[in-house]
Amino acid sequence: MSNPRLYSTEAVVLRKIDLGEADSLVTLYTPHLGKIRAVARGVRRSRSKLGGHVEWLVHAQMLLARSKGLDIISQSQAINSFVPLRDNLWRSSSALYVAELVDRLTPEGEEDYPLFKLLADTLQWLCRAHHTDLVLRRFEMHLFGRLGYEPELYHCVACHSAIEPGEHYFTPDGGGVLCSGCGGQALMVDRLSLDALKVLRFLQRSGYAEVDRLRLSADLSANIKLIMRRYVRYLLERELKSADWLDRLEREGLAR
Amino acid sequence: MGADFIATVQPMARLIEELHRLPGIGPKSAQRLAYFLLQSSADQVRGLAEAITAVKEKVIFCSVCQNITQVDPCAICRDEQRDHSKICVVEKPLDVLPLERTRGYNGLYHVLHGAISPMDGLGPDDLRIKELLARLEGGCVEEVILATNPNLEGEATAMYLQKLVAPLGVKITRLARGLPFGSDLEYADEVTLTRALEGRQEVT
Ligand SMILES: [Zn+2]
Ligand SMILES: [Zn+2]
Repeated sequence: MSNPRLYSTEAVVLRKIDLGEADSLVTLYTPHLGKIRAVARGVRRSRSKLGGHVEWLVHAQMLLARSKGLDIISQSQAINSFVPLRDNLWRSSSALYVAELVDRLTPEGEEDYPLFKLLADTLQWLCRAHHTDLVLRRFEMHLFGRLGYEPELYHCVACHSAIEPGEHYFTPDGGGVLCSGCGGQALMVDRLSLDALKVLRFLQRSGYAEVDRLRLSADLSANIKLIMRRYVRYLLERELKSADWLDRLEREGLAR
Repeated sequence: MGADFIATVQPMARLIEELHRLPGIGPKSAQRLAYFLLQSSADQVRGLAEAITAVKEKVIFCSVCQNITQVDPCAICRDEQRDHSKICVVEKPLDVLPLERTRGYNGLYHVLHGAISPMDGLGPDDLRIKELLARLEGGCVEEVILATNPNLEGEATAMYLQKLVAPLGVKITRLARGLPFGSDLEYADEVTLTRALEGRQEVT
């Protein structure tokens, strides 16, 4: 390429906010540049060539121009718009949760190709999975693994003894499970059933195709969700806005 | 005299700060506008100040459709000639104008004053949704036309409203979402094309 100011990259749009009359400020997650922010000029005009190619949660091939401030998106061609996501409130809201979690937990400008793959795969699975909740749980588990927060599920994080079937607990600030002895005395821990522990281990080592074949009882699902949510809240020191929204949809019976 | 110097004079600094709060106005534009006002005649400036105050004092929201108006209910909601069995739901008052200009719609409107935006913490309670549901209770409304923007926030709002309205037995339609007039097929994205195909019509 002759113009040294231009560079080409794939990107998933994590976030898009209005800027001025017709521009947008977008947060992108890319395979080799990690998270970057860029400006899409005129994108909100109905005849913009960028239009739907720079929309929330679109995976696109982009051409960007370096500039003094933020880089400018000069061309974009959608590779995958995840169409089925967009016609389902629950699935699109779940995808927003994925985007918000990546945005909140990753630093700008740090390459992490496996994380990019995980993000694109997750959006793909959210289009068609039977259990979008399990997709989210597996995503959280693998995202934490990439970022160095993988929960310890085989040894007690306090006394390091192997976890035996029986009573166990999960501690967000310890980053893993506690045995019956250590967990019984600790504060701020959640009871973890043996089944829940097995599912967490399964999520840690399995792909989406295997995870989507799981059938869990409502109680077990809820137990696992609670544990992962507390861990997210501990890592971020706050609640995700999209998580509040998912909770609300669920309360109003609008999940799925 | 440089713009930086102007900003150090206290009343100017205050004006620049106020202008900077307006949507789409950056610090540079705020300085330019403030300097323009400083050089305008006293009458011009008074006229602008009065217009701004009058907006807050004289413009109210229609108790029926929530659009901005000077009389309540607004002219559209009072109009006996219009079809009161149809409500077109839009995000903001400005969206009513292009629909009115088509002269192709004779029903009523409902202005939500925003869209659901989970990432900004904007939820259904921040919109005039309760007011919409109240209008549907009377049983006079036969059709609700969802005309929110074809972006993520607008779609989330439309899908949420659809779930709330469906149990009431009112017909729900959505503005056709296809290719914008004057656009080029070559640049159309997958979402737009999928919907344009779904909404295709027989030509005779
Ligand atoms: Zn222990
Ligand atoms: Zn009205």
